[in-house]
Amino acid sequence: MNGVPLLGHASLDDIFAWRAAGPVHVRDFIAEAEALAALLPAGGHQLNVCHDRYRFTLGFAAGLLRGKTSLQPASQSAETLRQIEAACPDVYCLSDGEFDSLDLPRLDFPVLPAVDAAQVAKIPAIPGELIAARLFTSGSTGSPVAHDKTWGKLVLNGRAEAERLGLLQQPHSIVGTVPAQHSYGFESTVLLALHGNSPFWSGKPFYPQDIVAALSAVPAPRLLVTTPFHLSALLAAGLELPAVDLLLSATAPLSAQLARDAEAACRAPLLEVYGSTESGQLASRRTTADLAWDLLPGVALEQQDETTFAVGGHVEGRVPLSDLIEIRADGRFLLHGRHADLINIAGKRTSLAYLNHQITAIAGVVDAAFFLPDEESVDGITRLCAFVVAPGLSSRQIVGELRQRIDPIFLPRPLVLLDELPRNSTGKLPRNHLQALYAEKVTHVDR
Amino acid sequence: MSENPSPEIVDALLPEVAELIVAALNLDVAPSEIEADAPLFGDGLGLDSIDVLEIALVISKRYGFQLRSDNEDNVRIFTSLRTLSAHIASQRTK
Repeated sequence: MNGVPLLGHASLDDIFAWRAAGPVHVRDFIAEAEALAALLPAGGHQLNVCHDRYRFTLGFAAGLLRGKTSLQPASQSAETLRQIEAACPDVYCLSDGEFDSLDLPRLDFPVLPAVDAAQVAKIPAIPGELIAARLFTSGSTGSPVAHDKTWGKLVLNGRAEAERLGLLQQPHSIVGTVPAQHSYGFESTVLLALHGNSPFWSGKPFYPQDIVAALSAVPAPRLLVTTPFHLSALLAAGLELPAVDLLLSATAPLSAQLARDAEAACRAPLLEVYGSTESGQLASRRTTADLAWDLLPGVALEQQDETTFAVGGHVEGRVPLSDLIEIRADGRFLLHGRHADLINIAGKRTSLAYLNHQITAIAGVVDAAFFLPDEESVDGITRLCAFVVAPGLSSRQIVGELRQRIDPIFLPRPLVLLDELPRNSTGKLPRNHLQALYAEKVTHVDR
Repeated sequence: MSENPSPEIVDALLPEVAELIVAALNLDVAPSEIEADAPLFGDGLGLDSIDVLEIALVISKRYGFQLRSDNEDNVRIFTSLRTLSAHIASQRTK
């Protein structure tokens, strides 16, 4: 078996993580992971729902030492847990707080026996081919779709991201507002701590004041791993921020305006990461500088017909991407929306992402979303609707501006002005939310 | 600012906080329809964490303090209108 180290640190005395009580060194982490490993149940699949980032990572490492696979579903709903139990009957749940684990065997995070970290002599090796994590996407048929990640590929992903962010030369303290279990948080906090030499803060700050406190609790330089949603709330609070050296954003598109505001407030560069649960992280860009994405080291894109595939580096196999991608001559690429966003009205094609980009670029428009209703009108042409947040603008003014930007066939009928859009907790606008909004605001309007 | 606000103080704050929630989230309910002890999440008003951050922002501006979760369950004070009002009563600086 080909062994890949559990951690990429050069010394056992490096700092691995920061907790409220202070630093945790690499040797402490290894000693605690070995102690926890001895207490884990026999099952080969671990559903690790620990909230604390350090305890999650300790559970993950203990699982690796025992050859277990970490199950990381996109949701923790009862329905999901039942599906996981059916697919992996030996699953057990590791939890450090309140969690309804149904009838799954459960290990509440134990008080670890006293460990002698001085006895730790080396960093353990984990088989590179071990399926270390199984992440899930919601899938299109209602059943979660599993995406297996070997330990070897996860390490490559962490190192590729660390290299892109410059962490291998200059370790940063990481504060993450995203959960450790989901792909972005897993890669950009857990894997960066294990193989990017960058200790994370064990908490998951939520309110703006929590984020400030977490940043203050760790030494500079600091990396804030966050989302457009958390970032916009942080800036709106207008708090005095500790020095941040690098900002990272993913999960939803970040507007150029928010990127500029964030860079100005933090006086630090902001990088957006592009990737998917299926492929892992693929590319980054500095949003204020360029719309084109730079592939991470080792990763390549291939195109066949209308589909783009990610291959090479840490990508598991040849993974089709659900985005419309334009690869430029210099190897960098542009995103033109997702396939599901494609629109065809009276023979003219565009994407919702493109239209949304155009409307939100209008001065005075705060947020906006185009929506293509399900219903078919009598003449076979379904008109787009747009929901727009634009205090101070009239719908006539907005449509006038839009007319300058898009083909008239795509002009919204109607354009509905709102105080805000029904974004979910990750900042996305699920189609069913828009459908509900449409039913509420449009269907009953007399025309 | 008091550590343990009296029930009377909390009761008196309920209508104001209900109004604040409805206005901040543009909810399609009357403030008086929000029951003091009904859950704000799930089967109750159905708020989500986006709403929580929206309300947190309005609360910080109106009452002069920042919400903190100290890494505990960040929605615990949002259990009901009453728990939220009690938290505001104990933390407000204006």
